[in-house]
Amino acid sequence: MKKHSTTAVAERGAYRPTPPPAWKPRTDPAPLLPDAEPYRVLGTPAAAEADPELLLRLHRELVRGRRYNAQATALTKQGRLAVYPSSTGQEACQVAAALVLEERDWLFPSYRDTLAAVVRGLDPVQALSLLRGDWHTGYDPREHRIAPLCTPLATQLPHAVGLAHAARLKGDDVVALALVGDGGTSEGDFHEALNFAAVWQVPVVFLVQNNGFAISVPLAKQTAAPSLAHKAVGYGMPGRLVDGNDAAAVHQVLSEATRRARSGGGPTLVEAVTYRVEAHTNADDATRYRGDGEVDAWRAHDPITLLEGELTGRGLLDDDRARSARDAAEELAAGLRARMNEDAPLDPMDLFTHVYAEQTTQLREQAAQLRAELDAEAGR
Amino acid sequence: MTTVAESGGKSATKPATMAQALQRALRDAMADDPTVHVMGEDVGTLGGVFRITDGLTKEFGEDRCTDTPLAEAGILGTAVGMAMYGLRPVVEMQFDAFAYPAFEQLISHVSRMRNRTKGAMPLPITIRVPYGGGIGGVEHHSDSSEAYYMATPGLHVVTPATVGDAYGLLRAAIASDDPVVFLEPKRLYWSKDSWNPDAPPSVDPIGRAAVRRAGRSATLITYGPSVPVCMEAAEAAQAEGWDLEVVDLRSLVPFDDETVCASVRRTGRAVVVHESGGFGGPGGEIAARVTERCFHHLEAPVLRVAGFDIPYPPPMLERHHLPGVDRILDAVARLQWEAES
Repeated sequence: MKKHSTTAVAERGAYRPTPPPAWKPRTDPAPLLPDAEPYRVLGTPAAAEADPELLLRLHRELVRGRRYNAQATALTKQGRLAVYPSSTGQEACQVAAALVLEERDWLFPSYRDTLAAVVRGLDPVQALSLLRGDWHTGYDPREHRIAPLCTPLATQLPHAVGLAHAARLKGDDVVALALVGDGGTSEGDFHEALNFAAVWQVPVVFLVQNNGFAISVPLAKQTAAPSLAHKAVGYGMPGRLVDGNDAAAVHQVLSEATRRARSGGGPTLVEAVTYRVEAHTNADDATRYRGDGEVDAWRAHDPITLLEGELTGRGLLDDDRARSARDAAEELAAGLRARMNEDAPLDPMDLFTHVYAEQTTQLREQAAQLRAELDAEAGR
Repeated sequence: MTTVAESGGKSATKPATMAQALQRALRDAMADDPTVHVMGEDVGTLGGVFRITDGLTKEFGEDRCTDTPLAEAGILGTAVGMAMYGLRPVVEMQFDAFAYPAFEQLISHVSRMRNRTKGAMPLPITIRVPYGGGIGGVEHHSDSSEAYYMATPGLHVVTPATVGDAYGLLRAAIASDDPVVFLEPKRLYWSKDSWNPDAPPSVDPIGRAAVRRAGRSATLITYGPSVPVCMEAAEAAQAEGWDLEVVDLRSLVPFDDETVCASVRRTGRAVVVHESGGFGGPGGEIAARVTERCFHHLEAPVLRVAGFDIPYPPPMLERHHLPGVDRILDAVARLQWEAES
């Protein structure tokens, strides 16, 4: 091998690499990092500062929400709902997400989030329209500013980003809050939505309800990230980790995030750690992939029990208030039951009405075919 | 029957390329309607890799013509949200094959939002997709993806073949309250026609085909990049004694059965020509529609001249793949002329 000539190097002078163009991080990561533990309010000194009226409101909605979930699940057994993905055990996330928003704000629910839509004011029969087996979402999204219920995972997140972006371009003070599950964070649309939101500094809040499972697949098979909230840092937005069964904590964290978004501070990713107490839907068998012990541990950390502990301890929840909440829940359930037991008004011809603004020749022909079939069926 | 849109006016006409006509359509739409927003990869400072958005950011600002992150699902997904809030987004997918990441947004949301909200939430989004081969593009840059879009209810699928249509159809697409997949034939970007820049042409609403050349012997049914090829084939066919009619579909969805079938009933013979692969391609649907509606007028089976059913070939071999004049004339020759004599 040829030896390097040290004299030649000496003649050229010592090798000094050309420094690269200046580099600095685009964002300081430290303030973006989530806490090491999920943030809690109930059962901590912070609870003393919580507004009693808010706690009572949260309680009332949690109780109604639990009853709503039970009633909707019962309706699947009676054949009145085609399917129901229950949010039992996750009511704190659902209720807090709905209550932190102003009327002018927008909520972007997934299929498991009808409760959030109901708490925001949507008629439960409308909220359950798709799950009942009807062909449309059941409501005008602009009426309550609730985006159409979304089934393909995480695909509603870029919609929330685009809507909040458009609102800001128009100069409107509107925040979009988008709900997604732990499984949804693996989807490409989750990544793209968070990236767009951060680059454009859009007033949007992403709430991941980490309920432990994507149907049967546990979080350990979904991600190797320290937490889902940590993912925020890679996009240059703050990540917040919160106990998803602590309604006061979720409400506080989401309030801070919406405030931040409203004031031009950009998006926030919130991970609420909770648990899907029921199976994925009524069609799923959770005993195939998890044991009762795990479920029982989470039942012991129930959002209603937690909040009632705080309220009772402070003497805020007297018998009257507790009864009033229960009555409101029963009223919701009874109304839902009665109205769901009526058959939905269906006209098969509607299937052709809204495919395009103006029906194409081809659809007119096909509609005529179905009309003739219906007439023959009816003996006309 | 609809005839070719006139591009001339009273004042002077001058040559323009299809690329310029598309740029002008975007510019005019943005000037007329402040809710029109253009977005995509490299559409801002650069003006798009094909320069279709040239100058728009300079004229209308970054909020109206926006360089997005490089993510097609994100581009279309955010456009959905913008449309939900009342804007009229025009998104650019840089190349045919790069539009595929946006498929889920397109199929699960864009195409059906109007329907699933009972008409409450239409999505007036235009999705511009440069498509097709013949420009020497390396792999993933020359796909004919129209069959995928055609198979999705709720979308309009439109493709211009002339400079005038490029302007008029794009304006119509942007004005439409339905989502429109606007397929731009890349190899016609630099095709020229004379037009009057002071009075840009108008065209019929989306959904009307145009007879580009009247003829009596047989009908060539085609669209987009294959229209000029069919026109050339029709000229060459004269030497063989065939007087070919050329129908430019302009809109694949909605499909203009009326114009197509009127032509085939007149001529009694038809060949469908497109670059897209034949198997499961648009030609199969078109041939079936024509046969169902014009069977008793047909002197021969409807034939298809399509790209082969292979991955789009590399630049060095693509000329063997693209339907050319000879392949079209070979098909015309197989239309059972012996019955005539």
